[in-house]
Amino acid sequence: MKDSQMRGADIVVRTLIEENAELIFGYPGGAIMPVYDALYDYHEQIKHVLTRHEQGAIHAAQGYARVSGKVGVCLATSGPGATNLITGLADAQIDSTPLVCITGQVASHLLGTDAFQETDVVGISMPGTKWNIQVRRAEDIAPAISRAFYIAKSGRPGPVLVDITKDAQTSLAEWNYEKCLGFRSYKPQTPISPSAIKEAAFLINTAERPYLLFGQGVVLGQAEDELKAFLDKTGIPAASTLLGSGALSEDHPNYVGKLGMHGNYAPNLLTNQCDVLIAVGMRFDDRVTGDLSRYAKQAKIIHLELDPAEINKVVKCEVPVIGNAKVSLDLLTKACREQKHEDWKARFRELENQEKEQVIQNDLLPSKAGLTMGEVIHNINDYKADDAILVTDVGQHQMIAWRYFNYKKTRTQVTSGGLGTMGFALPAALGAQLHDYSRQVICVVGDGGIQMTIQELGTIMQTKAPVKIVLLNNNFLGMVRQWQQMFFDKRYSFTELDNPDFIKIADAYGIKAKQVTERSQLKEGIEDMLIHDGPYFLEVVVEKEDNVFPMIATGSSVEEVRLS
Amino acid sequence: MKRYTIFVISENFIGILNRITIIFTRRGVNIDALTASESSVNGIHRITIEVTTTEDMVIHLTKQIEKIVDVINAFYHEDESVVYQEIALYKIPVAKLDAGLEKIIRQHHAKIIAAQPEFVVLELSGHKEQTQELLEILKGYGLLEFARSGRVAVARRMLTLENILT
Repeated sequence: MKDSQMRGADIVVRTLIEENAELIFGYPGGAIMPVYDALYDYHEQIKHVLTRHEQGAIHAAQGYARVSGKVGVCLATSGPGATNLITGLADAQIDSTPLVCITGQVASHLLGTDAFQETDVVGISMPGTKWNIQVRRAEDIAPAISRAFYIAKSGRPGPVLVDITKDAQTSLAEWNYEKCLGFRSYKPQTPISPSAIKEAAFLINTAERPYLLFGQGVVLGQAEDELKAFLDKTGIPAASTLLGSGALSEDHPNYVGKLGMHGNYAPNLLTNQCDVLIAVGMRFDDRVTGDLSRYAKQAKIIHLELDPAEINKVVKCEVPVIGNAKVSLDLLTKACREQKHEDWKARFRELENQEKEQVIQNDLLPSKAGLTMGEVIHNINDYKADDAILVTDVGQHQMIAWRYFNYKKTRTQVTSGGLGTMGFALPAALGAQLHDYSRQVICVVGDGGIQMTIQELGTIMQTKAPVKIVLLNNNFLGMVRQWQQMFFDKRYSFTELDNPDFIKIADAYGIKAKQVTERSQLKEGIEDMLIHDGPYFLEVVVEKEDNVFPMIATGSSVEEVRLS
Repeated sequence: MKRYTIFVISENFIGILNRITIIFTRRGVNIDALTASESSVNGIHRITIEVTTTEDMVIHLTKQIEKIVDVINAFYHEDESVVYQEIALYKIPVAKLDAGLEKIIRQHHAKIIAAQPEFVVLELSGHKEQTQELLEILKGYGLLEFARSGRVAVARRMLTLENILT
């Protein structure tokens, strides 16, 4: 063995260190054991967190990536280890989360023979990855991983998978790491067209009722300051998508609320009354647009978007501005006139008052006996830190928490947006917390979703990650039940749950836990949780059959948003 | 619905064809024909896909293909703006060879490219309509086997592979 040679497994770990991976999530197994063996030697340079399931590992890596802006890394073995990553890959793909997943694979001479724990991971993961590759030689490992990091974080971020055969991990090769700085077939950034900026600015400057929608592209492009500067100057009202929340402080005077099926009343309704619609880093998800044939037909649409494939994908736009929002918003701000649009913004405030009277009031300050999900979030707002991170699962609690959480800082919103993955929250909160132990990470989760990945309480126990878990328990798969009530004649088919004693479960994991069943206990319960030094499990028993409103029913137009 | 040719210029990367075809599968679009081969530049592959669909869909498909990390370029054309050709092979039993068949071969500019004691293999290059026409005729001559390639095509506009690569 020459001095400069090392095992493929060591190359894997050394390359991860070169790529500034400080924290990785994973689960060992036969085909990835050499890499785990190498990790043993590098534990001072790179920290590994053992989750209780590979799905937990990848969601934790997603949570870590979302709050840090770095690439999330996870490790898994071949076969079932790798297939357990698929949900997380699909989730990260649709929500543009940068991940590098490394999977072990059977030795190359066994490929295609149905060997023990062999599965075609490259084939299975193809639709759910931005890029993937199988590496069969030790000397190919470093170039593959450095390229993987480059692809994952550049352009529109996404998950990448590197499948490494066991023999590649155990054989020797020269250490030939070189940082990937680009390659021929891949152009992650497009220069912004000056004529597009000119056309867009003309539309904006002459608009009477311009309206801006912002999505996660603002966060991914680190364009938060540019967005604020644009809004400050132009006076244009702005609404957020689910994943855009946090990109603009909700205290900003131009902020008018949230878009989508369970967003706010005014932002949805007035989409069909604006004359120029400026979409920034968002992709017109069907949950945002409702019926496309009746979506913003009256408006001229300007789409600021990094990914050319998103232009005209679902909504045809008048002026596409392809490129990073950080640059395009800055150019637009310079090209646009200073304006106020006070009358137009007042329309949003009028409708907001209507929503307050008919929905928000009852959600936040209910007069009935049972606790509402809304009042739990309302009380969290009173005690949370400004930079607290909210991690949610999927369902009613997700929509309620999103609606009422007071977002003030960027990268404080972690949720499964596009894929709607139940079971996402608990491991994602763990990952978000492990990025920074000192940040407040509040994990709001339902009684359905938490049981999909409840085993990660074990990882929280082992890492002592001080995650604050708020279980909103209505003993129902609430969102499905709401749909059954509204659209399936109250036929509650398999949505009611007989739940375990969650407090005992938390207790068994050594996590301090408390159950709140009465309104009188709520404030204290939340305060106790947030000041507790360490993980905390707060179960709040909420009204069983509450519904989330406003709502745009499937097939309805944004202007048909219902308040009840 | 219209017939389009999608041109893909890509790195010669394992799995690239799979990445391209799943874009069609996911959207329920059938690929009429597909040809993949090395290009005139070392390491660069050229894939030609024939598809019958709407213009909106072909734009969408092309953008999704272009988005693949190892794809260098993807673009589409309508039939009128490409020069394209397909090749067809027909296996005919020797016993059926007669003066009539000779006339057909001459008329269609087909050629005999292989002969065995039991059969001959005819080749015809052209558009699908032409190879199809000959196929229908040869069915009357005891056609044993028939195979047709997907189209290979070049754009009518002034464009070189080197232009695309730079």
